[in-house]
Amino acid sequence: MIPPQVAYRKPNNINEVLSLLHDLGDDCKIIAGGHSLIPVMKLRLNDPENLIDITGIPELKEIRDNEKSITIGACATHAEIARNEVLRQHAPMITTAASMIGDIAVRNFGTIGGSIAHADPAADWPAVLLAANASIVIKSTDGQREVDIDQFFQGMFTTAVQESELITAIRIPKTAFNANSTYVKFSQPASRFAIVGCAAAVEKGGEARVAFNGVSATPFRDTAIEKAIMAGADIETATANTADAVSVMSDHFAQSAYRKHLAAVYARKALSAVL
Amino acid sequence: MQAKVTITVNGNVYERTVEPRTLLVYFLREELGLTGTHIGCDTSSCGTCTVHLDGKALKSCTMLAVQADGCQLTTIEGMASNGELHPLQAGFHEEHGLQCGFCTPGMIMVAADLLSHNPTPTEHEIREALEGNYCRCTGYHNIVRSIQNAAQRMQEAVSA
Repeated sequence: MIPPQVAYRKPNNINEVLSLLHDLGDDCKIIAGGHSLIPVMKLRLNDPENLIDITGIPELKEIRDNEKSITIGACATHAEIARNEVLRQHAPMITTAASMIGDIAVRNFGTIGGSIAHADPAADWPAVLLAANASIVIKSTDGQREVDIDQFFQGMFTTAVQESELITAIRIPKTAFNANSTYVKFSQPASRFAIVGCAAAVEKGGEARVAFNGVSATPFRDTAIEKAIMAGADIETATANTADAVSVMSDHFAQSAYRKHLAAVYARKALSAVL
Repeated sequence: MQAKVTITVNGNVYERTVEPRTLLVYFLREELGLTGTHIGCDTSSCGTCTVHLDGKALKSCTMLAVQADGCQLTTIEGMASNGELHPLQAGFHEEHGLQCGFCTPGMIMVAADLLSHNPTPTEHEIREALEGNYCRCTGYHNIVRSIQNAAQRMQEAVSA
């Protein structure tokens, strides 16, 4: 499959990207690894007039260790994240999830910013970033804003990023729950996309965050599980009504009843690893 | 719409004018005539189009040629040197790591990525590295043995 006709530019600084985004509006798409965008262009699900390649901007690739958080540049690849020792120490679910995405060649070029901008409900990052209480740093010619992860994913392939905005980084707070966290998934055997993925981050005796992707059209935190765990319930009881609050997806890989069952199984797996 | 690219493939510098939408795998096969890199699923699942871009395994059906401008590529044609098979090619020959051969270029390229950062992989690590490469003939066993054979050859070459 050959993608549709498109023009291509590769600026070497963020300001140039932002003014192109401002000038071109919805006539353009950002490309980094291209591992989400090129497939949808081939299928004509997206047909931008212009591509703006942001991989020539070194600061977008940085993974920075700050005092209270770690910022992951939007162009950091899954492979670079999987190898990062600071992230492994402060938020092991991040490196675990990174190493489970696609396969070695996909991880070498696919980026975290591209994946979350695309917001495939079966991608691995959403559950992990929801559980991590991450925030998304977004820039435009109007300045910078930081969106709380709970407000970021708004539906299938839909996020809080507006036309003319660029995701520049993902901020992971250094918290006790992130230091004790994991991600598990039941994957589609060919694509490795999550049929069900569950991230759990728990501070023993403190905050618990449990989130899913693959289960519903929008990734979500299961606050019923979180509350039960924080109230001291055992894992079996806490997960008894997993995914009750959402509409569970059904497709040829897994019908909704089976998917819902899997969600509870994977919630137990994840919680057993961190409790 | 046209764009100029300069891409080094197997040590040779190529300057070409391409449409920005040209996929790297088509650039290699149709523009440069390097047909050793195959097109299988065209959806970054099967891995037969795997090449190395700046030393890292890449599924070349999921990158535009313009994105590879200024980069160094290695394809299966660049693995043998001075008429000598690369240890992976020799390993696949020795252990009968192929039947139809369609997946073989991708298998060899992804295995080369693995061995470049893990010269003594376990069987499990080899199988994990092959997760994005499909073979519909061999059931993978001989492919795993071929890569073990290559790892052994490369170790012996280092200690010799």
